[in-house]
Amino acid sequence: MKLNVNGRVRELDVEPQMPLLWALRDGLGLTGTKYGCGVAQCGACTVYLNGQPARSCSIPMSALSQAKVTTIEGLSPNASHAVQKAWVELDVPQCGYCQSGQIMAAAALLAKTPKPTDADIDAAMTNICRCGTYQRIRDAIHVAAGQKKLGDVLASYDTLDASAVSSVQA
Amino acid sequence: MNTNTSMNLSRRQFLVNTSAVGGGLALGLGFLPEAMAAASYTTLTPDEINIWVVVKPDDTCVIRIARSEMGQGTRTGLAQLVAEELDCDWSKVTTEMPTPGQSLARKRAWSDMSTGGSRGIRTSQDYVRRGGAAARLMLMQAAANRWQVPVGELLAKEGVITHAISGRTVTYGQVALDAAKLTPPDPKTLILKKPSQWRIAGKSMRRLDTADKVDGRKNFSIDLQLPGMLTASVKQSPVFGGKLVSYDDSKISKMRGVKGVVKINDSTLAVVADNFWRANMALAALPIVWDEGPNAQVSSDTIDAQLKQGLGATGDFWQRKEGDAPDAIAKAPKKVEAVYTSPFLAHATMEPMNCTVLISKGRAEAWVPTQSAEGSLAALAESSGVPIENCDVYKMDLGGGFGRRGGHQEYVTQAAQVALKFPGKPIKLVWSREEDMTHDFYRPISMAKMSAGIDAQGNMVGFHVRVSGQSLNALLAPMNIKNNKDTRQLQGFWQEPGDAQLGYTFPNLLTEYVMRNTHVPVGPWRGVNTNQNGIYMECFLEECARAAGRDSLEFRRVLMKNHPKHLAVLNAAAEAGDWGKPLPTGVFRGIAQFMGYASYSAATAEVSVSAKGEVRIHRMVFALDSGHVVNPAQVKAQIEGSVIMGLSAVFLGENTVENGRMKERNFDTYPLMRLKESPKVETVLVPSGDFWGGVGEPTICVVGPAVLNAIFAATGKPQRDLPLRKYGLTLV
Repeated sequence: MKLNVNGRVRELDVEPQMPLLWALRDGLGLTGTKYGCGVAQCGACTVYLNGQPARSCSIPMSALSQAKVTTIEGLSPNASHAVQKAWVELDVPQCGYCQSGQIMAAAALLAKTPKPTDADIDAAMTNICRCGTYQRIRDAIHVAAGQKKLGDVLASYDTLDASAVSSVQA
Repeated sequence: MNTNTSMNLSRRQFLVNTSAVGGGLALGLGFLPEAMAAASYTTLTPDEINIWVVVKPDDTCVIRIARSEMGQGTRTGLAQLVAEELDCDWSKVTTEMPTPGQSLARKRAWSDMSTGGSRGIRTSQDYVRRGGAAARLMLMQAAANRWQVPVGELLAKEGVITHAISGRTVTYGQVALDAAKLTPPDPKTLILKKPSQWRIAGKSMRRLDTADKVDGRKNFSIDLQLPGMLTASVKQSPVFGGKLVSYDDSKISKMRGVKGVVKINDSTLAVVADNFWRANMALAALPIVWDEGPNAQVSSDTIDAQLKQGLGATGDFWQRKEGDAPDAIAKAPKKVEAVYTSPFLAHATMEPMNCTVLISKGRAEAWVPTQSAEGSLAALAESSGVPIENCDVYKMDLGGGFGRRGGHQEYVTQAAQVALKFPGKPIKLVWSREEDMTHDFYRPISMAKMSAGIDAQGNMVGFHVRVSGQSLNALLAPMNIKNNKDTRQLQGFWQEPGDAQLGYTFPNLLTEYVMRNTHVPVGPWRGVNTNQNGIYMECFLEECARAAGRDSLEFRRVLMKNHPKHLAVLNAAAEAGDWGKPLPTGVFRGIAQFMGYASYSAATAEVSVSAKGEVRIHRMVFALDSGHVVNPAQVKAQIEGSVIMGLSAVFLGENTVENGRMKERNFDTYPLMRLKESPKVETVLVPSGDFWGGVGEPTICVVGPAVLNAIFAATGKPQRDLPLRKYGLTLV
């Protein structure tokens, strides 16, 4: 069967009931899309179908029809998307395993809502991160959207609190 | 459990015997396709200045990292420490990870590779810094030799050696080959920089490993694709301790891609296919008969009864006995008593357990996300039967660890057992999420009976804690149970300074641990026993403060006079968290402090609780004294992560036992905290500079109690049972 992925039509010999996730990973070697739960809970497998975020672990190949699939590998050339750049600048990832999905979800949010409020971010970012990078994900989305200055956010990560140091030494 | 015991024995023998095995072993290059660049293989090269530092002709400094990277930032932090003493150009630093096989072949040159207990930096900082300093001196000596000048006339800075008198300069890369031939200085003679002189360490350098995490390029172990690779999906007896009776592989042998069924041991099998989905579908279709055994009668209720019995049992359970606490409490005018409970908890790393093994031509190789590279190597050698000098393990960065991938290496053993049946073919063995969730080594279940006596003036006169629950050591390290006392389960209540010392002094104190083991396998879980014990201690102390009619902070301060470091961090959190200052209507504060992994933590939380039990965390302020801070931004990232994992546990986390097996199978029934529930965390780092403490784990133990105490303040009702979602409280 044929699959349109990241702007190329690829030929795949897989079962119609195989979830898109496994066709991407094992069939096409696009391993940036991750397996986390297999039941559309965690979002590590987030890709776009015709530009809309979807959880590829729970979408059988037979349901795709002519849909255009975008994976993390196809999000931008050379990791140049504003979300990817903010992720790098703020060192958002810890282990990094869930971050493909987080980035895909964040980029989809900004495509729809270029200046998201915290409530918009709460509603759109439902992927699980076990390392707990949520605070930096929120900051990075605001930086990518131009709502926060990179330097200000970085400075907030960098400080040793002088007044508190004095209270320790006292 | 037999496999665990024999594996532990083997690992101990391996760790003891390695120096004897050392020397003279061939360093095979192994099977390493280009796609595996992420697992950067190390070879002995002429530009190796010493085991920690390789300098390339283009001045690239390759710093070797022996510990595993699982997101905690140890790769970057350790590189900063080496680079600091090396005085190189940070922008030219890259890293690579030596394999345990290479280390073994060089008489365990890289020392301890295990990565747990928040030890990555604190227990290797001294020797890696000396490695960097030694390399710098050798590079300078090589320049001095070339110019025929005394080395004392040279200055090294940012990778350039300068002879100011003659105006000559040379870069590290230009003298590296000469330096590598010199005799290294005695590490003991090196004088390390003071933290006040640091320009690379102590700074919020960007992580060295972020770029390929944002575009899908990073290869986790589960992403490995090797020529001819087959994939295995595993099924272990649903009831822990059950046995495999039979299976009917004729039912799946014609399914597409299926290569066969391998019985791994008497309670485990795997289906092998040409990809994971096919293997897993075939596994689901495979008829299997289990002998579930007597453990099938066990449930959460029977385990609760077992633990409750321990709370009242008579016997010799004491660990600290200072004065006579039961007597003092009995005679006190005011008595406070409470029973707290804490459930089993799965690690739920986002990357499920997996390992790839290739056994070919008398050699065994494993690619594995491991917290214990040498443990993985021992497991590979033992299970494959290949002599250890013909085995190696390529460490892949972990998609989460949290303690799950250290002491237990059963996924390596399983992959090796399957690979033995498919010689010459790489076998990628992957656990489904359901297998991962139902066959974890869970955070041990426990209960605590807490008792205190308070005099007429509101002072504590006696304090008694009895913990009843499962022991980590009983399963993992029975040799650490000495004189029938298992001190590990009372982590955080210890008297000895320096690790997990109780920060309070009571006129009369009794601590007791009653071991009540179950058939559920347990293991270390980020923060280990400081999680439960921190909640027991700090939440009960809150009950005592209220009974005494005292302010939470003042009540603690009185008890902390002999513990200035604990107190200083508590004060730092209170000050930054505006303790005592007015709050908006309906918002309440909580505070907590505790110690673990040689670091001191404290936190305040501000919460409101609606009539429907919706808990909103408005603010959390966290203070940490880890002695030194190698990378403030990454320490803060660890604290932010600890807050999320700690709150997930308190509000959401529980694994329950039904008919001998784990009931929760995936994230729909084992929910984890998501972004919308996560509070803003403010961190205050207060390193006092005279010790080296951990970061990843000690920062979790105060998260729960600070929030629980704020909820107590809001509702007037202490929360003694977890997770809160079962008791009418939800995080919003």
